[in-house]
Parts: sequence; C-alpha cells; structure tokens
Amino acid sequence: MILNVNDVKDLAIGAAILGTGGGGDPYIGMLMALQAIEKGKKIVLVDSNEVDDNDLVIPVAMMGTPTVLIEKVPGGEEILGVLRMLEKYYNKEADYLTQIEAGGINSMMPLVAAAKTGKPVLDGDGMGRAFPELQMVTFHIHGVKATPMAMSDERGNAVLLDTIDNYWAEKVARVVTVRFGGTAYIAIYAMNGEKYKKGAVRGTPSLAIELGRTIREAKSRGLNVIDAILNITKGFLLFKGKIIDVSRMNIGGFARGEATIEGLDEFKGSKLIIRFQNENLVAIRDGEIVATVPDLITVLDSETAKPITTERLKYGLRVIVIGIPCDSKWRTPEGLKVVGPKYFGYEVDYIPIEKRIKRW
Amino acid sequence: MAKYRLGVDVGSTHTDAVIIDEKSELIGAAKTATTPDVTTGILKAMQLVLERTKVHSDDIVAVMFGTTHVINAIVQRKGLGKVGVIRIGAPATRSIEPMLDWPEDLRLAVLSDSKVIRGGHEYTGEPIVELDKEEIKKTLYLFKEKKVDAIAVTSVFSMVNPDHELYVKEQAKIIMPEIPVILSHEIGTVGLLERENATILNASVLGVMKKAIDALRNALRSLGLGHVKMFFAQNDGTTAMEEYIMRFPIFTVVAPISNSMRGAYVLTGIPNAIVADTGGTTTNIGVLNKGYPREALEIEIGGVRTNIRAPDVIAIGLAGGSIVSVNNNEIKIGPVSVGYRLIEEGIAWGGNTITATDIALGKGVMFIDDPKCNPKLVSQKISKDLIEKVYKKMVEMLEDALDRIKTKPEPETVILVGGGSAMWPKNLMGAKEVIRPEYAQYANAIGAATALVGATVEKAFSYEQITREKAIALTIEDAKTRAISAGADPQTLETADLEEIAMPYLPGNAVKIRAKVVGKLKF
Repeated sequence: MILNVNDVKDLAIGAAILGTGGGGDPYIGMLMALQAIEKGKKIVLVDSNEVDDNDLVIPVAMMGTPTVLIEKVPGGEEILGVLRMLEKYYNKEADYLTQIEAGGINSMMPLVAAAKTGKPVLDGDGMGRAFPELQMVTFHIHGVKATPMAMSDERGNAVLLDTIDNYWAEKVARVVTVRFGGTAYIAIYAMNGEKYKKGAVRGTPSLAIELGRTIREAKSRGLNVIDAILNITKGFLLFKGKIIDVSRMNIGGFARGEATIEGLDEFKGSKLIIRFQNENLVAIRDGEIVATVPDLITVLDSETAKPITTERLKYGLRVIVIGIPCDSKWRTPEGLKVVGPKYFGYEVDYIPIEKRIKRW
Repeated sequence: MAKYRLGVDVGSTHTDAVIIDEKSELIGAAKTATTPDVTTGILKAMQLVLERTKVHSDDIVAVMFGTTHVINAIVQRKGLGKVGVIRIGAPATRSIEPMLDWPEDLRLAVLSDSKVIRGGHEYTGEPIVELDKEEIKKTLYLFKEKKVDAIAVTSVFSMVNPDHELYVKEQAKIIMPEIPVILSHEIGTVGLLERENATILNASVLGVMKKAIDALRNALRSLGLGHVKMFFAQNDGTTAMEEYIMRFPIFTVVAPISNSMRGAYVLTGIPNAIVADTGGTTTNIGVLNKGYPREALEIEIGGVRTNIRAPDVIAIGLAGGSIVSVNNNEIKIGPVSVGYRLIEEGIAWGGNTITATDIALGKGVMFIDDPKCNPKLVSQKISKDLIEKVYKKMVEMLEDALDRIKTKPEPETVILVGGGSAMWPKNLMGAKEVIRPEYAQYANAIGAATALVGATVEKAFSYEQITREKAIALTIEDAKTRAISAGADPQTLETADLEEIAMPYLPGNAVKIRAKVVGKLKF
C-alpha cells in the first residue's frame, strides 16, 4: 500500500501506543515523514512475504537522547548516508527498508528514507514495541549480526562498526552517539530476505496505522476508543484509575521509577503499581503481578485515550492501563534472556499476560 | 502626595479596573463589558473607576494592564506582521522546515520567507559546524528587499550558546537597522520547533502591541493620564513596562490567568494554595507556589505549539453563566454559557435559561446585590430536588478539577476568586480550608495592579564545562539584567524562584537552570 498523509499521522498515534511509555515522541518523526512525502517519492509499505530470500533488507533508525533530538532536529540526509554506507559495504543496493523498532520515533525513520530513495518499506519490525538497547531485537535472537553497522551525525561524520557481538555493538555505539552530540542515525542488522522473514515481527507498521485510524474514527463517532484499541491489539484492560504517586530515581544513567494508581469505577478499592525504566516494565495489582515485559504495558489518558510516556506520568492524571501480548518470538527462552523481566532486574518468571489475566 | 496605581484586567466577558494605594489597599473598583476592540472597554472601565473613587489623575503614577490584544490578534489572524524567519542549524534540522505544522491561514498571514542556515551548537556549547556568515548577510539583504516587518532568529541550543543568534542581530543592525530582530534564546527553552514558533509569533505581533500601546496611550491622555507609566502583565505573574513588552509581546498572551492567581495571593497573603477563578464561562484552576502561578510548558497559541512558560491551569466549562439542561434525568452543566446575558436570560432575572448562578441562588448559598435579581423566581420554576441534584453535580465537577491539579494527596488551601466564585460552598472535598476573600471578584485587576516587575530566564549548562555556582550566578545575573530592562528598580531586585532541572539521558551533567527575578517599579 502507498502511505498517504493520514496514514503517516495514524502511524504516529499507533506507534506511541506500541512505544509502551518510551521510544521517544513520534511527533518529530511524523513531521519529518510528512515533509519527505511532500517533497519526495511515494512511501510504499510491502507485505513481508513478498521478500525473496536473497534480497537485501536494511533496517534504519536513530539512537540517543530524545532531549537532544527535539532541539537538534535531524537534517534528514543522515539516514540516507548510513544506508549508502552499508550498501557500499555489501556492494549491493538495499531492496527493502524496515523498522528496527515499531514503537516511538523509530517507526518513522525508515519512512523518511523510503520517501527519499523510493525503496519500499517492509510491513514488519524487530521489536513489535519499543526497547532501550540495540541487542533487544528479534533479529538478534535469530542470529543476525548487528554489525557491520553504519552510524552518522548531522555533519556527515560516519563510523562503520564491526564488533564481536551485538552487546558490544550497543556499548561502542553508545559512546560514539555521545561524541556526536547525543543523537546518531544508524543502519544496522542488514540481512537477507530469508533471515528477515524468520526474524521479523510481522505486520507491526500496518497494525500501528490501523490503531491510529481506529482511534481517530472512534473519537469522531463518539465510540469507546479503549474497546477499539483492545480489539485490534488483542489486549487486556488492566486498570482504570488516578495516579496518586510517582517516584523517580536515576540509576546507572537510566530513569527508573514507579507510578501508583488508585482504582476508579470497577477497580475502586484496588491499587496498581507500574515500574518503569524508559518503558513500562511491570504492572502489579494489589501485590500480584498482572503483566511484565516483554508484554506491552501502555498507559492512556482516560479522557483523550492518548498514550502517556513515562516522563509525563504525574499525580492526578486519570488513566487507563492496557496490556498487549508481545510477539511470540519474545516468549522463547532465547527471547526472554534478552528482554525478560530478569534482564531488567526483576526476579520473577515471565508468564504470558493472557495466562496471568485468566488466573486472576 | 499619595501615589496610586490603576490596574486593568480584560476578561472574556468583563473588563475590570481598580485603584490601589501605596500599601496595596483597594480604593475602588469598576466593571464594564469587554468590547471587541478591547481598548474601548478598558477606557470605559478606567473612566468609571476614576469617577467612583474621585482620585485625581495627577495622583496616579502607573497603570498596569492585563490585556488580550495580542492573543486576540493571533487567534483572529488580524493585524499580524510579515516575518523573515532565520533558523541556524543546517546541516541538522532541515528535515522539518520552519512552520511546517502551522495552520495554513496563520502561516500565510505571518511568513514572508524562511531560510535554514549552517551553524548552531551542541548541548555542550561547541558549534555543530561553523556559522555561515555570508549566507546570513545574503539572507538579511533578501529580507530587506522583501520588506519584512520583523526577523525571527532561532539557533540550535541557543539557550546554551547564543553567539550565532547574536551575530544575526549585529549584522541586521548594519543592514536594516530599523527592523526589529527577535532572538529565540530570549523567548523560550529547549525544544527547537516550539521555541522557533514562539519566536516567530512574537515577531509577528510586534506591530499589534505597538498599536495597542498607542491606543492605550491615547485613552490615558483623554483621562488626563498622559504622564503615567504603562506596565503590562506577563504570563509568569510579573509585570513589565511598555518599552520591554513592545519587544516581547508574546509574554502577555495568558497574563490574565496569572493575574487572578496573583490577586488571590495579594488578597489572602497565602503563598501556597490552589486558586479557582470562576468567571462567566469558565473556571480556571491553578496552583500558587511561593506567591506565583505554578507553570507548565507547552501551550498552544492559535493552533501553534510553543514552549513559552504559562500557568499550569485546568479550565472547566463551568462558571456563573453556564447553561443547565436536563434530558431524561441526565443533567448537563456547561460548557455553553449565556455569558454577560446572564442578567437577561437567567431565571432569577425573569429569563428562561437555567444557569449555574440560578442554581446557586435557589440553593441559597449565593446572594447577588442587584434589585433586578429575584431568587424567588428560581424556587418557583425549579423543583427543590432538581436544585439539590444540579448543585451537587456542580460541586463535584469543581472538586474533580481541584483534585486533578494537585500534585500530592494531602488537603490544600483553596482560594476562590472571580465574578462567579460566590456560587461555591464553604467546604470542598480535598480542601484544608476554602477562602473567598473580600473583593474576590476583582482579584484579576488587583493582581495586575500589585504585580512586581520581573523576568524569568532559563539557560542550559553542562557541569563539565562550568561549575554549578557559576552557572547559577550567570542565570540570575541574566534575569536581573532583564528585570531592570523590564522596569525594575535595581536596588530592590530579589530572586523569587530558582530551579535546577536535570536533562535526562545526557552525559556530562547537563542541566537547565531557571531563575525568576522580581523588583519594585522604578519611578
């Protein structure tokens, strides 16, 4: 399908929900994509099954600090530069672009590159949500190497990384990003079509667009937006209530914290605690865990159904918390080793959200 | 000789004027209907208060306005100037052109031409790339040819390092000395697009502000007040003299909201409280923090995202004139209001529309000193049961909004002000105490009249480059300079607020420091 202006706007809304509280505000990415559409070529979204096994697929993204991104807005050519760099390395043009991360601002980066190159974007990604580190992608657990990885800043400084494993790619790239001024643009996890089809979370961009469109339409028709979201995502209503406390601490460079929500309506008398680190990680209702990473936990404003990022959680907000099952690729032992609750420091076993909710 | 101050506040339905003496005691007040041109209503209100108080115009030393000229011009797209827009940030920032997300009609009304030029800084203060000085000069000549009314300049991380913005101003002084140049680091904070938007809006309303000041000056002359100093209320609860506001008119856009909160503080002396300002159409609920409104980022002005600081308020469409309707047992209150037509359409005035004021009159909690107002009409037309039900819902709506603005669960002091505030009960859930001070209906004009002159400055630093003490001192020094140019007496300056905000996920201890400095009017 060819993405029009409304699709891009819808994608921004859907990507914020899939961002599970993190991933950076898709607003800037949306404006970039809109400008690219206006001036560039068509953005075509293609079903992942159309990829041939030998096609070259390159994910592109940005990494770094949202605070810098909102001030030092991208030039727009960086993403093209890193794409070219990897193409030169492989001595082959990329056949398809794809998202590494469906949630947050990175949902938009491949669209920007697509509008500039005319290359199609695949309907899939490497997370099905947002995560903070480079190895937290499904391609990683399917044996795809993050490197050779191209990184660039706005000036045109570029780095081609080759590391012994994907964890080292994360560590080295982080340092380079800081020297670039806090943000970097990357082409990473280049792979052939065969590996993409095995490793990707399928259909996330079109899901995000459908989410955004449904929310928009439900609002204009006065329908229940939350029900519509749950329907599309096969998600669960976890809680309704008012935030009564938010505490934050800065541990090891990460903004960790927790929010306490007091129940309203059918949840009256009950309390929900959400623990977060960039993204929402664990939801605990009255002492019992109801959802954990890698399942998606998203906090929505109960009036507008807009997703609320973790840095915007504050006392008094009326919220609805929903849980969405993550892709099955994350639910394997290999997946849970990379993004399970234990990796984030919670000594609990992962139990899929639909099982937790049933027991409940 | 007594020295009086005249304070004027423009609301959506009423324009209020008060006269206060040196001790901030209220001498007299007047209320008139707000007029579409704003200035006529101001003139009338001033005239009325002078007549009532019999204060001689020679004894008035300053007039303090809280006005809506600027916000009206932006919302109505009227009288806006053509702006030449310079953004310094290429090769970064080009992926989103200036004003990309503006409403089309406003962009057409404001934009002359825009250029994105090489330069700007990193968050550490080092240049992204070298500033393209030739391109700056070329662009200025182009703007000169295009006869722009003003120039708006925004450079990446200019709140860390303003050098590139200052260079443009220097060059403009040579190339087109008569054209005003607005620099973004004097307007907003981190967030390039939002700061740029605010800077462009500010540049576009310079002419509007100048015209308003001229008109107000004429109005003052006609009242024998040609000699007084004019001050204008700012968004942050302080005031600034006309010369300063002529450069920064955008700082007045939400000033009337701050005025009522400042007035609540002046009338009660309570520096930390929740303030509910109930007018004819809306109730604005905000928080007083050390005597000033608690501020929030990100306000939308005329459909444009900006990051100028404004009071953090929750507005609910429930106030004196709110229309009450009952359909199949479902009660609806507001947000539609009869506004100033309350005294014709309200039940208690013999009209046919049930308003929130009628309900409060029927409940017996409110008394209105107006011979034409007959609360008995309410009890004749509306059942006691319905009055009870509607009033209960009104109170719940207010309590709900009070709860949402709070940042902690403990009960807090609630101050009620505004023309419609008499309709509220003496007890509210979540309130430690409910205070409705004398002259509550004039809190906004009193807030304007009593304001201190001030300025708020926000800068960003990396503590790897500068010590914390030096960074704080620099910020305060900057705020002091601004406060003096806003008309403050240098001998009376004090730091009213100092805030240090860590910027997350940045190495090198990056922080924003914000300082608010206030002082007394200099005569």
